Amino acid sequence: MSYFRAENLSLHFGGLKAVDAVSFAVERGEILSIIGPNGAGKSSIFNLVSRIYRPTSGRILFEDQDITEQPPYDIARLGIARTFQNIELFENATVLSNLLVGRHRHCTTQLWQELLFLPSVRANEKLHRRRVEQVIEFLDLEPYRDKLISGLPYGVRKVIELARALCSEPKLILLDEPSSGLNVEETDDMSFWIRDMKSELGVTVLMVEHDMSLVNRVSDRVIALNYGRVLAMGSPSEVQQHPDVIAAYLGA
Amino acid sequence: MRFLFKTDYEDDIRLFPHSGYVVSYGLLLAILLIAPYVLSSYLMSQLVFVCIYATVGVALLILTGFTGQASLGHAAFLAIGAYTAAYLQKYNVPFPVYFLAAGVLTGCIGALVGFPALRLQGIYLVIATISFAFIVEEILARWESVTNGNEGLRVKALSLLGVTVSRDSPTFYFLCLAVLVLTIVGTLNLLRSPTGRAFVAIRDSETAARSMGVNVALYKVKSFAISAAITGFAGVLFAHKLSFISPEMFTLQLSIEFIIVILIGGTFSLHGAVLGAIFIVMIDPFLTYLKDDMPGIIAGIAAALGAGTATAGNIQSKVAAFASLNGLKGAIYGVIIMLFVLFEPLGLYGRWLKIKLFFQLFPLYKRATFKRQKIYVKSERNR
Repeated sequence: MSYFRAENLSLHFGGLKAVDAVSFAVERGEILSIIGPNGAGKSSIFNLVSRIYRPTSGRILFEDQDITEQPPYDIARLGIARTFQNIELFENATVLSNLLVGRHRHCTTQLWQELLFLPSVRANEKLHRRRVEQVIEFLDLEPYRDKLISGLPYGVRKVIELARALCSEPKLILLDEPSSGLNVEETDDMSFWIRDMKSELGVTVLMVEHDMSLVNRVSDRVIALNYGRVLAMGSPSEVQQHPDVIAAYLGA
Repeated sequence: MRFLFKTDYEDDIRLFPHSGYVVSYGLLLAILLIAPYVLSSYLMSQLVFVCIYATVGVALLILTGFTGQASLGHAAFLAIGAYTAAYLQKYNVPFPVYFLAAGVLTGCIGALVGFPALRLQGIYLVIATISFAFIVEEILARWESVTNGNEGLRVKALSLLGVTVSRDSPTFYFLCLAVLVLTIVGTLNLLRSPTGRAFVAIRDSETAARSMGVNVALYKVKSFAISAAITGFAGVLFAHKLSFISPEMFTLQLSIEFIIVILIGGTFSLHGAVLGAIFIVMIDPFLTYLKDDMPGIIAGIAAALGAGTATAGNIQSKVAAFASLNGLKGAIYGVIIMLFVLFEPLGLYGRWLKIKLFFQLFPLYKRATFKRQKIYVKSERNR
């Protein structure tokens, strides 16, 4: 059985088929990229997985468990974290507290314990901070720890989003265009981090990306979409040479 | 200027980051403790109101400032707390019991209000909470067997451990101060633990909060319940302080005053609630003073500028007529809110921080330090 599987996943907005009977599987520990022209349905697939949209039909399975009907907040609890194409950070909070929200799925303390800040809460808080600190070190975010998000440049925010997702210690991470808006150097850093995430942290990565050089460098397999349908699936070079993919990008 | 070098996770968690805080807050507490033996009875009475308003301000900050759910219904929560106390007092329920009961009951009602509020955003939520406040006001006026209708209820002086505590006594002031301090400490504890961070997450991006595993609906209801419960506790003290309660005390105007408390104090920190409470409690006597003395002063100036006695008298009566216009107070409140939103969105506490930084960095202070940079427009698609 596959680690993560989408079966005949469809999302229709009226007559528009944003995602049309898409099936794919992600193996444990691999980096799978989804590519495709604008409007191909890449981000819609992510929004289906994280339950922002409800699929019109189809099933999503993670670790052999059907998660199609799980409420959105339970998706994170199962170990699926995500980043957003247009950055959804908590603007008026510090980097540290943004990252600590990433720890939310590991928070077990009760409200009354927190009101009194009992020793158990304090111990938990320290544990969360230790974990967050590891991620900060992993992604070189030390200079920004106590800064407010609203004052940080775009490139740094992008990394913080990745950090927040990593703080939840996910099994599967969904990266929605991790390199969009980044310059060449930052994209390079990103590609190293994505590979390190796989090799050092053992995270499985599902990624939507436009930058083909990044896709080529990091992905084990690539899926090409167009008009909500799968055009091709396979290794990066196979997919890029597939005639349907070339037709979709360049026009027939 | 002091630089804090963090060497321990404890440095992020503790309430007082360094010894300077302990000294200044210790000093403040000492002043507050000797206040009843120094200040006049009028100022003491105002100070009690500051404590009560600040408690409600903290409650409203939890809901509006940190969870981002606006509410114009907090006068209703205050009323529920006050009436619960007054009603239970009639049956000789001891103070600690009805104090807790008022908080719990108001908290439950707050949670009930929270449920329909889950689907509402921004201005629609404000309208929903206003309607809730009107419903409560109407119930208070009509449910005569419990609330005694528009006649109002008399509230006896509270008795604590067999001792009667008059509403003007230092003991009552200490009680209000203790409730305020405990509320603030509890809220600070909440804010440095997962629940507080979940609140802030919901305020800034519900989508992201959800994808991080925050049950948005549950936490919104929690926020409503906590905020309402604290307001309920404040309501009990409010009832005792006024010694008489009737429905027309808990109108929309009071809810707006609570919003003014946090808007003017500053919505990003608990300091704002206290500063805003001082502002709103002290502006009333100030306005009364203006109303009484302004016509005379203006007439005096007019006379000094060479206007005849008749003209000066004429001006005086016109200004006096203007000053006693109905609804002038509401208009002044409105103008104050507008000015603060336009020119000092960070409120009095923000102004205080700016002044502090000015002296810390003198002569290197830059105005841009507090300017929020807008780098890109946040997407509202997935709200």
